[in-house]
Amino acid sequence: MQIVACIKQVPDTTQVQIDPVTNTLVREGIPFIVNPYDTHALEESLRLKDRFGCRVAAISMGPPNAEATLRKALALGVDEAILLSDRVFGGADTLATSNVLAAAIRKLHEQEEVGIVLCGKQTIDGDTAQVGPGIATRLGYTQLTLVDRIEHIDLEKRVIRVRRKLEGRHEIVEAPLPVLLTVVRELNRPRYPTVPRRLESADAEVKTWSNQIMQLPEPTIGLKGSPTWVSRIFSPERDKGEIIGDGVHDPDGTAQLLIDKLLSKDLLAL
Amino acid sequence: MTTNPAIFTPLLIAAGIFFVWSCYRRFSLVTLGRPEDRFDRLDRRIGDMFLYAFGQKRVVAKPFGINHFIIFWSFMVLLLANGEFLVKGVIPALSLALLSAPLYHGLLLAFDLVSLLTLAAILLAFARRIFFPPAYMSTAYVKARSADGFVILVFIALLMLAYFGLHGAEIAMGNEPAAAFMPISSQIAGVLASYPSLLTPLASLFWWIHALVLLAFICFLPHSKHMHILTAIPNCFFASLEKPNTQPREEFVKGGEFGVDKVDSFTWKDLFDSFSCTECGRCQSACPAAATGKSLNPRQVIHAIKTNLLANGPLLQRGGAHVIPLIGEEGEGSNTEETIWSCTTCGACMEACPVLIEHMPKIIKMRRHLVEMESRFPEELLNLFENMEQRSNPWGIAPSERTKWCATMDIKPFEKGVTEYLFYIGCAGTFDSRSKQVTVALATILDAAGVSWGILGKEEKCCGDSVRRLGNEFVFDRMAKENVQLFQEKGVTKVIVQCPHCFSTLKNDYRQYGLELEVIHHGELIDQLLASGRLKLNRQVQDLGSVLFHDSCYLGRHNDVYEAPRDVLRSATGQAPLEMERSRNNSFCCGAGGGRMWMEEFSGERINLNRVDEALRQNADTICTACPYCMTMFEDGLKDRQAGQTKVRDIAEVVAEGLRPV
Repeated sequence: MQIVACIKQVPDTTQVQIDPVTNTLVREGIPFIVNPYDTHALEESLRLKDRFGCRVAAISMGPPNAEATLRKALALGVDEAILLSDRVFGGADTLATSNVLAAAIRKLHEQEEVGIVLCGKQTIDGDTAQVGPGIATRLGYTQLTLVDRIEHIDLEKRVIRVRRKLEGRHEIVEAPLPVLLTVVRELNRPRYPTVPRRLESADAEVKTWSNQIMQLPEPTIGLKGSPTWVSRIFSPERDKGEIIGDGVHDPDGTAQLLIDKLLSKDLLAL
Repeated sequence: MTTNPAIFTPLLIAAGIFFVWSCYRRFSLVTLGRPEDRFDRLDRRIGDMFLYAFGQKRVVAKPFGINHFIIFWSFMVLLLANGEFLVKGVIPALSLALLSAPLYHGLLLAFDLVSLLTLAAILLAFARRIFFPPAYMSTAYVKARSADGFVILVFIALLMLAYFGLHGAEIAMGNEPAAAFMPISSQIAGVLASYPSLLTPLASLFWWIHALVLLAFICFLPHSKHMHILTAIPNCFFASLEKPNTQPREEFVKGGEFGVDKVDSFTWKDLFDSFSCTECGRCQSACPAAATGKSLNPRQVIHAIKTNLLANGPLLQRGGAHVIPLIGEEGEGSNTEETIWSCTTCGACMEACPVLIEHMPKIIKMRRHLVEMESRFPEELLNLFENMEQRSNPWGIAPSERTKWCATMDIKPFEKGVTEYLFYIGCAGTFDSRSKQVTVALATILDAAGVSWGILGKEEKCCGDSVRRLGNEFVFDRMAKENVQLFQEKGVTKVIVQCPHCFSTLKNDYRQYGLELEVIHHGELIDQLLASGRLKLNRQVQDLGSVLFHDSCYLGRHNDVYEAPRDVLRSATGQAPLEMERSRNNSFCCGAGGGRMWMEEFSGERINLNRVDEALRQNADTICTACPYCMTMFEDGLKDRQAGQTKVRDIAEVVAEGLRPV
């Protein structure tokens, strides 16, 4: 049985600024990183590999330079890294993206049975949280989203029990394999690559699957397969802050004022 | 007196063979280490050997070291006497008496007086060990070895007593024509003369005591900590010619092993160091980690390498496997991971070591193994490493924010031919809100003095100090190459820095990458500007009260900058700064070096509190630092101690105060 980790290369959003004139993201010169949530999906797949000895494949859809992201996955220890890259995949929304990723997983399944697919709960650039569930839907896998702990896995009985992190509560659910998990940061602490692995991964093979290999009908992929249109991106207006009290001469009173203010606006959870 | 060559000669040969065999066994273990060139610049090496080994420069830095100096030089003089004794024991006709009379008589006089001096020094050493042993004499594993010390002291004392006994008896019997040149022995002879019938047996007895103790000494030497008698002098010869303020580079090729987790992965000099340790404990008493109850004790690290080598080495020589791990376990011969991570790389141990052992690079080599081969490190460091790789600063702040500190100022970019100096701000000065104030103060000073300077702005990257000291050489290597390339492209040759860590890295570490920069710390630059009159203060700074100066390890001990920052404070405040008990090269680390800035301190007392308490004892109104890490550690420590009335200022801030209009 193999495990598939879906990862995405995203711009380092802490460094992204929005062009005030065009209202678009200024991407020039912004370094790319592995989507932070995906690093936890990747880590969990490697832990399952350590535990059960299953194969791990990392897949990513993106432009050719997304190879760097997959190379990092190789440095961390995945067995196979596949970049789904083709001009016809470009401009995809979450539906078209999940079509391509699901097809790739199906193709991997032909080589060896896929038992678990892991995704980050969302990416930090699109923030939709739709691609993971989309893949599960296309594949007909059970989807377990927002997983913060794997409670139990029995590969013989083909069953998994996980804890989901919901607002204000946890939920423990069980599902039969195959299954797709989307994970949150609390799930694990990603490992750091060793130098020998980094050196090996530098010239390890990252496979590229174009649509020639995938053979997907064009109306289901890329711009043509994307019903979603982004009409506008903009920075939300933010109210200017205010200075309250006199922190220099009355620090205690000012602190009280601040606390009252935060409480009155329900900004402090007590 | 009846010497008996027929008995003595075979004994001497047996002892000699045992000694040579023991030495061979030990020194052959050293050759298990990896190659390292320590044969360059022989003139400097010979000079260092005379200064540190024969001159005992570091030994006498502590008062009781004078006692060692006396014993060492007595040993040197008496080496001749004992050599003669051994030769004469085999061939009685061969004696120093064959030399010209004045020379012979001079030697006899010297031997006689020096023997008395030695006896006195030995008695003092006894008394010290028994009645007032220093706290750093013992450690968890080394305590028992204090017995070694007593054995050797007894041996030497017996040798001296037997010497006087033998010569006293000879003189009393009238067998010594040169008795006039042996005043002390003659006194003994006067006492012994009352027992004429005992003189012959006594002479024989003393001769045999002397002979047997001497042979025992020779046999015992290579198996005890007194092996340093053989290794200390060559160790000073092979010592690092540069200050060991940096670490050797690693070459990253596939299939390589990085760092050290087996004793034979150290270099031969690392192993030789371990045989040179006299277990004096001075490194231990200087170490901030040891002083605050961490498991790290530099003496024990060196001792562990030696024990590990003695246990594993002979097996390795026969093609066997290691039986004691170098890293991981508690117990003699191993270092725990906690020990390895406790080092602040402050260099106090290396500054204290009388025989120039290089402790810190060995600890970094073990860190390298943990980080590079096993990815095992305290979890706080994961963020640091990722931030450094991703955003080239420890906090992971966006590089685009590197110019925020000067958003309201008019600052030029560095341009070759237009600006003289690059002001390399450093990550702390760029991002840390407190250190940004220092950056602004320094910028103001530079402008006031008319210095031509510019910055790299958003192109500036972290120097990589923390990752290198933490053993992440792979990432450091990349950062260093990027920076070196950037500096070369921009044509940077002169750099101003405000952080001693940037200072040492740019100056010393980047030299390994072929980049020779003229790096100047702001303490030195401001000192020069004040001295040359280019910088004139408007007023003397009085409102900071009494000012105390704390030496940063990477400015002081690692780079020998002690006076410049003090001169600056003297000029700015009109008086010499107060000094702490431990200052200049004996300064005590703030606790943030070696990447410890980014780690939690879980065991023992906090290092910064130890230092803050020391500073508070001087009742200063203001503590002055010249390092952003020290500043953070002091400010945190003062908050912990509820000592809010004591201020912390960088020297640049003090000077900037003096620039304010009256």
